Amino acid sequence: MELAKKLIKVTVNGEPRELWIRQNITLLDLLRDYLGLTGTKMACISNSCGACTVIVDDMAVKSCSVLAMQVDGKEVLTVEGLAKDSKLHPLQQAFIEHVAFQCGFCTPGKLMSAKALLDENPQPTEEELRRDMEGNLCRCTGYQKYIEAIMDVAQHPDKYGAKEG
Amino acid sequence: MGKFEYLRANTLKEACSLLSEYKEEAKILAGGQSLLTLLKMNLLSPSYLIDIKFIPELDYMDFDEKQGLKMGALTTHRTVEKSPLLKEKFPVLPETELVVASVQTRNWGTIGGTLVHADPIGDIAPPLIVLDSKVKLTSAGGERTIPIAEFFVDFFMTVIEEDEILSEIQIPTPLAHTGVAYQKFSTVEAGIKITGAASLISLEDGVCRDAKIALSAVAPVPMRALKAEEILRGKPVDDKLIEQAAQMASTEADPVTDMHATDEYRRELAKVLVQRATKMALERAKAT
Repeated sequence: MELAKKLIKVTVNGEPRELWIRQNITLLDLLRDYLGLTGTKMACISNSCGACTVIVDDMAVKSCSVLAMQVDGKEVLTVEGLAKDSKLHPLQQAFIEHVAFQCGFCTPGKLMSAKALLDENPQPTEEELRRDMEGNLCRCTGYQKYIEAIMDVAQHPDKYGAKEG
Repeated sequence: MGKFEYLRANTLKEACSLLSEYKEEAKILAGGQSLLTLLKMNLLSPSYLIDIKFIPELDYMDFDEKQGLKMGALTTHRTVEKSPLLKEKFPVLPETELVVASVQTRNWGTIGGTLVHADPIGDIAPPLIVLDSKVKLTSAGGERTIPIAEFFVDFFMTVIEEDEILSEIQIPTPLAHTGVAYQKFSTVEAGIKITGAASLISLEDGVCRDAKIALSAVAPVPMRALKAEEILRGKPVDDKLIEQAAQMASTEADPVTDMHATDEYRRELAKVLVQRATKMALERAKAT
């Protein structure tokens, strides 16, 4: 049986979209396969590693574990939506200057978790930051450099340029 | 994932009516933080997915001192973690949430969904059990309310019927001078837990008027340690008595060996964690 596709309306990186989608796909599939937004990474696809983290209505979620149909009517922000007018988001700039990645595969997810975290709690303690970043695994550089990068942005909001371009 | 038809319910009534129509052909979707993994692994292949996540009438917290707390099943873990009301009235719940999965999962996952999934490693069931919580199950034909301790039957199995939806969690106001604590052990905090223990101690004139102990990941269901509780009840509680109770809880536990830990190790942890949680609960009871 071929099930009919269903229509969803979703705003992705500020752009309203109307999409006819298969009902049994995840938000991750929607972003990568329907919209070509491959910055969001597919890794464990079992709600563990956080590489697929995006922001839905101001909340970080693991897009591999959200059914695409559930973002109907919602706003989704992916790593592609962070830079404004070809100027990197302060978190992206800080990640570069702190060399906060090696292979880079976990980086988009980390950036999105960090953005959601700082939007909600602009001055986290290092303890809070480490705790709230637990859902994002890294398999090469370890867990120090990106903490330094995010703390740097939190403590020096103007150092890497104003937020949101 | 296999093919299914997605049906979004806008009211509890609509969800119940869809469920009574499709019964075992349907699965209820809330946050899907466990369900989607099962669907992706093809461990489940429902023909219909009834989405209840956006039903406004199932997302609320009502509190009064007499009745206690009523919480809609769609309350997210993150809402519990952040709630000023819960931090004041039931602080063990926000504390426990800090060690539930990750922020991302807590943002989208619901309390009701976690309970119905009935994974015995779940963190939130033991504190709810020691708090004497109840769950309300609603179907097209009516509703029933049962103690949460009777809700779990076996690994991933509950008493919920195929036409019922868990709609509400009810937590009574504890007795005066009550302390509650939850302790868990896992190799990484957001990782798979090895064992967890919740304790509740109510004091009256320095004597333990009530004690409740519940453990996760040491039995097929979140487990009450009834004999351990008996050791504490009616006595002035000190470190030695707590040690005896913890030892009993460890004996009552029925853990299994898996890739994360052996049964022997889990049994030892049960003792240590019951001891820690009960000491903390006692301190808190004394401080009220």
